Amino acid sequence: MDLFTEGDPIADTKAPDGPIETRWERHRFESKLVNPANRRKMTVIVVGTGLAGGSAAATLAEQGYRVKSYCYQDSPRRAHSIAAQGGINAAKNYRNDGDSVYRLFYDTVKGGDFRSRESNVHRLAEVSVNIIDQCVAQGVPFAREYGGLLDTRSFGGAQVQRTFYARGQTGQQLLLGAYQALERQIGLGNVEMNARHEMLELIVVDGKARGIVVRDLVTGEITTEFADAVVLASGGYGNVFYLSTNAKGCNVTATWRAHRKGAYFANPCYTQIHPTCIPVSGDHQSKLTLMSESLRNDGRVWVPKAKGDDRNPKDIPEDERDYYLERIYPSFGNLVPRDIASRAAKAVCDQGRGVGPGGLGVYLDFADAIGRLGRKAVEAKYGNLFEMYERITGEDPYEVPMRIYPAVHYTMGGLWVDYDLQSTIPGLFVIGEANFSDHGANRLGASALMQGLADGYFVLPNTIANYLAAGPFEKVDESHPAAAEARRDVEDRLQRLLAVNGDRTVDSFHRELGQIMWDHCGMERTEAGLRKAIDEIRALRDQFWQRVRVLGDGEGLNQSLEKAGRVADFFELAELMCIDALHREESCGGHFRAEHQTEDGEAQRDDEHFSYVAAWEFTATGQPSVLHKEDLQFEYVHPTQRSYK
Amino acid sequence: MNLTLRIWRQTGPEDKGRMVTYQVDDVSPDMSFLEMLDVLNERLILAGEDPVAFDHDCREGICGMCGMMINGMAHGPQRGTTACQLHMRQFKDGDTIDIEPWRAQAFPVVKDLVVNRSAFDKIIAAGGYITAPTGSAPEAHSMPVPKSDADAAFEAAACIGCGACVAACPNGSGMLFTAAKITQLSLMPQGQPERYTRVIGMVDAHDEAGFGGCTNTGECTVACPKGIPLNTIGRLNRDFLMATKKAAGKPGS
Repeated sequence: MDLFTEGDPIADTKAPDGPIETRWERHRFESKLVNPANRRKMTVIVVGTGLAGGSAAATLAEQGYRVKSYCYQDSPRRAHSIAAQGGINAAKNYRNDGDSVYRLFYDTVKGGDFRSRESNVHRLAEVSVNIIDQCVAQGVPFAREYGGLLDTRSFGGAQVQRTFYARGQTGQQLLLGAYQALERQIGLGNVEMNARHEMLELIVVDGKARGIVVRDLVTGEITTEFADAVVLASGGYGNVFYLSTNAKGCNVTATWRAHRKGAYFANPCYTQIHPTCIPVSGDHQSKLTLMSESLRNDGRVWVPKAKGDDRNPKDIPEDERDYYLERIYPSFGNLVPRDIASRAAKAVCDQGRGVGPGGLGVYLDFADAIGRLGRKAVEAKYGNLFEMYERITGEDPYEVPMRIYPAVHYTMGGLWVDYDLQSTIPGLFVIGEANFSDHGANRLGASALMQGLADGYFVLPNTIANYLAAGPFEKVDESHPAAAEARRDVEDRLQRLLAVNGDRTVDSFHRELGQIMWDHCGMERTEAGLRKAIDEIRALRDQFWQRVRVLGDGEGLNQSLEKAGRVADFFELAELMCIDALHREESCGGHFRAEHQTEDGEAQRDDEHFSYVAAWEFTATGQPSVLHKEDLQFEYVHPTQRSYK
Repeated sequence: MNLTLRIWRQTGPEDKGRMVTYQVDDVSPDMSFLEMLDVLNERLILAGEDPVAFDHDCREGICGMCGMMINGMAHGPQRGTTACQLHMRQFKDGDTIDIEPWRAQAFPVVKDLVVNRSAFDKIIAAGGYITAPTGSAPEAHSMPVPKSDADAAFEAAACIGCGACVAACPNGSGMLFTAAKITQLSLMPQGQPERYTRVIGMVDAHDEAGFGGCTNTGECTVACPKGIPLNTIGRLNRDFLMATKKAAGKPGS
């Protein structure tokens, strides 16, 4: 059986034409509006309360819509946006260093390896400046200069200082800003907040998204919830790898359920693997912790020259060390982009030169920096990171070089959306990391926070009006056949999971699935590996449904049952990721196919054949998906090969 | 290492609950505390016993979802560390460890180690914000903020809302949590217009939620994984005093 079939290309993305700097303004003007008096007659469901979902729910409520918000955590403040460290980009040009909206647009398209939609990226760069204003007005305590103005820094190798930050906790502070705006609307009665609720199905009525099926995680009660439009802001799917820098609860269920109901899933194989994470310490490992990328500004990356050299790093003389990034990339050295640094680390470990448990680690050494700047200066810059490292590993990085290894960090793929952030199901909008749109095949540092807040504060609240202008739509309730069926599907599925009563835990399956994905759909992919992975995933999925053990019932708090449902969806997603990676016969951004590299081992794009978004349509379980291509046009930023030598 | 765990088991809010003893062997010192509980839960599931319910999410000390009393200490023995960041090398082979949920009137137990902390959200909804509807913000540089104020605001804003302060407090008071937000917002020029209505609203919500009063015991700041300073409570009290004086029955003040 073929792995997929090809359908019609995507004809209309609703992206406007004309000069790129006028497109967003014109589009907003041409979009329909909703009369303020009518807004309160309409309900919008928002799933997820991270930067995108929290800011969207607050803003829609401020505009006068009735909002119902859902999150699986015990409070909307806990969404995983909170863990973002580095900062948020904005084209303010406060430094007078040559930055502009156009430059941020240009850098983002190029950084995405020419696999994103120009119109969307330009809009993102335009609204980036409003985000900073908005967050400052909310009281977000950004870092400031002595004169009282905002401080910025350069991040991830950018040549301009456009990154705003709040120490190493920028995500936390931005999220709390959005959360407080949301709580204000909750207090005013404009948002109905449902924490500890998980969306398990989308309700589609007459071709339109009209509601969701949710489970109250405390009581186990399953209800159907209705609205005039549904917004998914449920984050990325990095946890398909089991080990990632995502929170334990991050999952694909909301978007995957919507995919099964007709929303196309775009570019699922684009995953970002971050080079500086603390390595795995044993089989018990439950998640990976990111160490800020800024460490590469002063740390030197090396491994022993000889295979299997397990001497104490201090005893390895200088000429027996391989500072491989400095050797291979003399001009960028330790500051090469994330994907390149990650792949290089894997390569030296594959050669048997890795360090630490299992040989899966490389040294990040601060001895030179301490010698050059003094321990005090290093402490001032990185003290909190060194402390965190020591807490987790029990090793003192002032004395012993840190060990780092790449880990899954972010997913650029997601549900396909048009310029209005609407999916292929009318009335279903997708924002933040859950959609596919703005980062192409690779996301730049400090751009995830920018996109989440751009979508939630400024884009969606404008574009959703064009859809809602035709509303309020005919009332539906739980007796509608589509709602009853969706609800029954959820109940059946939970019963099936509980009924297996096999001999393996959910986590054991998740771990094994993650290993398959890491080995074959991780930093480097090959045709043979991906084909093998697809077979293994299918076999393991069958095992899962025969052998998983979920105790208890669905009547109350049952964390194993929650996990089981999420892992079941990861199994289906994993297969599509591998098929997407297999069909994309090129290397671009976070997708590296070993068969497609230049003579010196760099990613080789194939613009002639693959300059498109791969949007996948679900057909039926076990049946091939249908590929729809959205052709990408580059009118402003002309594709070039990246080079960091 | 081999450990004896005594864990609070409670099937639901109506259940009385009890301590149950479990033996966990072959624990690696490199495991986090929650990974050690994962290991226990995997074994319980295979043995057909209900796994221990506990809240957790980011496992990197920032989301504030995890929290439990470990040997009577909120988040365990290591200062400035959440339970998810606590590692087993802090314990010794043969140790007996008591694990209990946060205990406070305002945080009813949901199941085992899971408690309901929604009272914190209600405190924020009652004024823990600056009113700035999307789109209405002035240019960010139109209002400079002295660096010392911005830094102090950040220090208070680092609160993760985990509830350790409440669990550690002999009165079950949520004053450190409330004061942290009040301090952050009242240090910034943007926070001035609502400064005094905010403090009244938040303190009222705090009291209504069933938190106890503050008697300046200081256990909260010791237990706080983010080191929120005790002097934030002093600032809250001062703002509260000013607010009640100013209010004097005037609406809208």
